[in-house]
Amino acid sequence: MAEVAPARSGAEVAPARSGAEIAPSRQAKLKDMVDQDCGSCHGMTRQGGLGSPLLAEDLNKLSAEAVIETILEGRPGTPMPPWKAMLSREEAAWIAAYLMGEMK
Amino acid sequence: MAALVGLGLLSACQPALRGTGDLGLVVERADGRLMVVENSTSTKLASVAGLGDLSHAALVYSRDQRFAYVFGRDGGLTKVDMLTGTIAGRVMQSGNSIGGAISQDGTLVAVANYTPGGIKVFDAATLAQVADIPAMGADGKASKVIGIADLSGRRFIYTLYDAGEIWIADLSDLKSPKITKHTNIGKLPYDALITGDGRWYLAGLFGEDGIAMLDLWNPDKGVRRILDHYGKGKEALPVYKMPHLRGWAVAGDEVWLPAIGHHQVLVVDKGKWTEKARVDLAGQPVFAMARPDGRQVWVNFAVPDYSKVQVIDTQTKKVIKTLEPGLAILHMEFTPKGERVWLSARDSDKVVVYDTETLEQVAEIPASRPSGIFFTNRAHKTGL
Repeated sequence: MAEVAPARSGAEVAPARSGAEIAPSRQAKLKDMVDQDCGSCHGMTRQGGLGSPLLAEDLNKLSAEAVIETILEGRPGTPMPPWKAMLSREEAAWIAAYLMGEMK
Repeated sequence: MAALVGLGLLSACQPALRGTGDLGLVVERADGRLMVVENSTSTKLASVAGLGDLSHAALVYSRDQRFAYVFGRDGGLTKVDMLTGTIAGRVMQSGNSIGGAISQDGTLVAVANYTPGGIKVFDAATLAQVADIPAMGADGKASKVIGIADLSGRRFIYTLYDAGEIWIADLSDLKSPKITKHTNIGKLPYDALITGDGRWYLAGLFGEDGIAMLDLWNPDKGVRRILDHYGKGKEALPVYKMPHLRGWAVAGDEVWLPAIGHHQVLVVDKGKWTEKARVDLAGQPVFAMARPDGRQVWVNFAVPDYSKVQVIDTQTKKVIKTLEPGLAILHMEFTPKGERVWLSARDSDKVVVYDTETLEQVAEIPASRPSGIFFTNRAHKTGL
């Protein structure tokens, strides 16, 4: 794990480096979810499949907020579902930062 | 070496002979590895490594059931020798593939690709490429291909996900493949199945309700829309994993289909194509698979309910048991005559085997992140 920035709580928009808010055990579960559950559509190596690629260079064309919104709300008209029933905003922010290459 | 010894093919002077009809393969998807397994003893005989990215990998078998053709997510096509537990050939055929099929006569293997889209066809013996057929929809754009299956002759049927079209490629003359196209079948067809008799091809739609159906005995009648109310309906339900229609869910004169986005399976009259019943379930179904005798349908589920499996009695249309075989049950495969079913428990790192009469676990085999399970009897089934 990379060093994480100090947590900023109560922010409207989750800070990109919000790893500190997520317990290490939960982080491991989120990584696994990205690999396995997201991987079903996006590929375990995130090269894309039925879903679009999730490589850092693809996602960095977007803002962190856009990625977080997509995770939480899904993309209507596509098979991407809203994950807000299973993920908090902080967790979605952590996944967005993880995918966008801000942590290893 | 270890694999050879494990399969009993090498001994001091007399190699033991054996068939492959009792064998199967289990995908260990995170490690790019396959387990060679034996039905009767519920054991692993060998490991085959070096297959690349096997997330969502599928495979088909050669007619003699000795070889498997494995379609990897990274575009790799690997031919695996079941008897020696080794890789007999491997080609990187595209950037991103999802599945494939083997022709009726066993001579051609077709791979359906996401990137760049279209299908590529290979000589089953040598893995030499014999055809490359792009999938440009009527809109002029390259399309991902899903739901590929073998038809009679050297023909393959498949569906264009982005374009919403069903194509049939006839490769009886390899120099000039003939393509028949059915356009405007519906929005975002996500998977398709062909019934075991090769007559009906059904494509599930994600972008609208209903199922696109082609009667291959009367292809000139074109694609029909059936089960208009089948789908997400007015409430756009989140679908946490696309259901698989290829679960081989035809039992007697009924077809069992996972209802997309709903906690239900639908029972449909095979032939009339009207809904007969719905069965409520514990989650969003992914696979609904009929036991070979059609007496039971086993269902697994999308996240967050994917550690449950439900068994339905097809006569009473009631769930007779809810099982919790392990964490994240991805795939189910019946032994050829159906006395047992193998289930992959991805997050428990094991494959569990159940007796289909007592519904009790009878064996388990350690496996690293197992996903697909495939027994060699698929070699002689249309669409598998």
